[in-house]
Amino acid sequence: MSKEKKIVSFRKILVSAIAAAGIVAVASPALAAGGAKHPRDGGFSFEGPFGTFDQGQLQRGYKVYREVCASCHGMDHLHFRNLGDKHGPFWNPKYPNPNDNPVVKALAKELQVADIDSETGEALMRDATTADKFPNPYPNATAAAAANGGAAPPDLSVMAKARHDGANYIYSLLSGYVAPPKGLKMAPGQNYNPYMAGDLTPFWEGEGHAPPGGFIAMPAPLRAGQVSYDDGTEATVDQMSKDVAAFIMWASEPKMVERKQAGFGVLIFLILFAGITYASYRKIWKGVAH
Amino acid sequence: MSNHESTYVPKTAIERWLDTRLPIVRFGMDYANLPTPRNLNYWWTFGGILAICLMTQIISGIVLAMHYTPHIGLAFASVERIMRDVPGGWLIRYVHANGASMFFIAVYLHMLRGLYYGSYKAPREMIWIIGCVIFFLMIATAFLGYVLPWGQMSFWGAEVITNLIGAIPVVGEPILIWLRGGPAIDNATLNRFFSLHYLLPFVIAGCVVLHLWALHAAGQNNPVGILIPKDREKKDMLPFHPYFTVKDGFAIILFFILFAVFVFYNPNALGHADNYIPANPLQTPAHIVPEWYMLPFYAILRAVPDKFGGVVAMFAAIGILFVLPWIDRSSVRSMRYRPTMKIFFVIFLFVCFGLGWCGAQLPDAPVIPGMPSFTLLDGKLNSYLWLTRLFTLYYFAFLGPIMFFVGLKEKPLPIPASISEPVLKTEAEKA
Amino acid sequence: MAESVVNPEGPEGQNGGGEATRRDFIHIAAGAAAAGAGAMIAWPLINQMSPAADTLALASIEFDLSKVQEGQQVVIKWQGKPVFVRYRTPAELAKVTSEGAVGSPPQTDVERTKAGHEKYLVVVGSCTHLGCVPTFNAGDYGGWFCPCHGSHYDASGRIRKGPAPLNLVVPNYEYLSDTRVKIG
Repeated sequence: MSKEKKIVSFRKILVSAIAAAGIVAVASPALAAGGAKHPRDGGFSFEGPFGTFDQGQLQRGYKVYREVCASCHGMDHLHFRNLGDKHGPFWNPKYPNPNDNPVVKALAKELQVADIDSETGEALMRDATTADKFPNPYPNATAAAAANGGAAPPDLSVMAKARHDGANYIYSLLSGYVAPPKGLKMAPGQNYNPYMAGDLTPFWEGEGHAPPGGFIAMPAPLRAGQVSYDDGTEATVDQMSKDVAAFIMWASEPKMVERKQAGFGVLIFLILFAGITYASYRKIWKGVAH
Repeated sequence: MSNHESTYVPKTAIERWLDTRLPIVRFGMDYANLPTPRNLNYWWTFGGILAICLMTQIISGIVLAMHYTPHIGLAFASVERIMRDVPGGWLIRYVHANGASMFFIAVYLHMLRGLYYGSYKAPREMIWIIGCVIFFLMIATAFLGYVLPWGQMSFWGAEVITNLIGAIPVVGEPILIWLRGGPAIDNATLNRFFSLHYLLPFVIAGCVVLHLWALHAAGQNNPVGILIPKDREKKDMLPFHPYFTVKDGFAIILFFILFAVFVFYNPNALGHADNYIPANPLQTPAHIVPEWYMLPFYAILRAVPDKFGGVVAMFAAIGILFVLPWIDRSSVRSMRYRPTMKIFFVIFLFVCFGLGWCGAQLPDAPVIPGMPSFTLLDGKLNSYLWLTRLFTLYYFAFLGPIMFFVGLKEKPLPIPASISEPVLKTEAEKA
Repeated sequence: MAESVVNPEGPEGQNGGGEATRRDFIHIAAGAAAAGAGAMIAWPLINQMSPAADTLALASIEFDLSKVQEGQQVVIKWQGKPVFVRYRTPAELAKVTSEGAVGSPPQTDVERTKAGHEKYLVVVGSCTHLGCVPTFNAGDYGGWFCPCHGSHYDASGRIRKGPAPLNLVVPNYEYLSDTRVKIG
């Protein structure tokens, strides 16, 4: 078998095919349904293989969520104790058990949750404890839809994973409200947002292509100065959007930092393990033609 | 190799006692000493990698089942509880979810290796057929498992795929209702999908035993593709241990590095964001797609304008693999010595990727945006619909008539008399 | 020629001496790394069965004692187990205090209650034998009687007769006010 023959080996064929497929996949905007604007980069601290959450940002984000978003959006998979979890907004190494964290206890106590009287079974409202879930603003999904013109505000627990490029998307959407372009037929109760997924072609009466984005039932939720930050940060719409996006990212993936740290150790181990095994392989096959 | 003699001699009294009652040590030792063609390259390590994948999925799956609740009102929340509250639960779930993708990467490479080196040809037809059964069961298991988190993609994937059965004339509708346990995908469906998702991996494991049994009966293929005569066994073969245990082991570690990069740094890259939205039977996501490993078959399904025809085409795409050993008429196994077939094989590879690509696109979307096009029958020529049809045609042509006729007509390159011959040549070239 | 193809002595036995030990070392290191990898994989699989964070968070409950009437008990659920809150009559209280230290280990009633709240007894309601729930106001000592294997407890929850090895367990609890306790 000559060298030329070897060039077109199975490996070469497959590797080049995979490479070609990879180039195609990267070059084309995969699955981009509709014509939403590409989200702006929020410059978040948690991006990249070593990125971690910015605790101050998470605390500000919680405040925005609690004072603005929580009036319509639930976060059913979060418990108050999660706020004091490791890498969480109110994590304090002095309290390894987040249920003992006084800040978390106080934050829970600020809210009322539905319960029943343990003897009579009657419905009552009591102060929340760290073990309680975040209370949902609506008793059920039907009530949520009815109170919002038929569109129930989605749960935000995993929102940063439920949208492509989640954190940047949330940041862009919240800070990206603009006046609808002239020539766009707006239905009542609808708002225009260039970052919302959708296709506005059927509603476009202006010239040229339909504008990017789609209709969203939620009107612009943030105004400058709506929240007063405890750390003195100026509460611009951009700042609040960024902070709440970071908070939702943490809520969606609370084990992210733990995951990246574990991954670093695992990869180092695997690379060393591969090196040792390769050396063993070379020794065993030494002098054996194959 | 089929009647390779046992060389195990029990040394101690205990070993002798055990050997006459349960020769499990003998079995293990014979396995370790199994003569294996010395020229097996790294493409042959995917068998071992797949065994590890199956074990990973079964073990992580058993663990997840300890925490998962198969109920439409609780399934999504129980998965989130695994991610948040169960100690290390996020790791186990990400391993299981990405493990499915890793499993398919390995199985596709394993199948392509078999295709390229003619591992399906006599006397190895049964190995190939059992392998095809395993592949089919893997698809079924992966589909059932994807329904369990009860997200939007879970629900609508189940809806669309079960509806395929409804396309069967006359009996389709009753079977569909029976399969779902009601007129729509609901709690009954989720319960039975969970049960079956737990069952099928063990059926796969059983098939793997048969796969290996058939492999040891017929003997391993090798990159040269020739059968190794009995008198050359000493020259051409090496014991499985330590030569191939260490080679497989090294490949498995490299594979795990790729696996770990996904699990720890990009755990959701191979999934779809919509599956983090709880299932809503009243609203379909804007653009539904199956997991990447099903995309080529999904593309073939959509290529056919008729509903039942699409289903038939999709199943035929897997079904044709079963009869491949009898379609291929070439007497030469390895494509190393089949220059014409090699060209068709390269095109086939691109077509498989192409089908996968098309499966993720909207059928009416233009392939080259802005290029003028005319309408042919039911769609624009410059659309994924027609590109998919072109690819589908080639897919079946390659596995059917091309295999058949090229096998008859092609003039293969000279084939070495033994597998040591090319080995020696390369050695000499190196020297 | 054949020599370069076939290595008749196998991978281990070509030359002896220092070469062999160095070769052995790398194989041992690879084997050790594999064992380490096995342990690393085993740990999360074992640890996932430990109590989850939501289970741990429910470690304490509060209870309003004014809901128990004299001579009665209320059974509440704490960490998945029953807890007896018993409001003892003066006669029962006099009896258990006059007996001094009995049971296993011997305890006085005062050791099993909180100062100033002696009339209330709070115990975990599972028999220390094999975990059944003893029945109220039954048995030879006027406390509880376990129907499974016949253990008799007095009104202080101390084991007096039968196979149970220990007194009923007094959980950690504290009085938040005169009528409110926090268990756990």
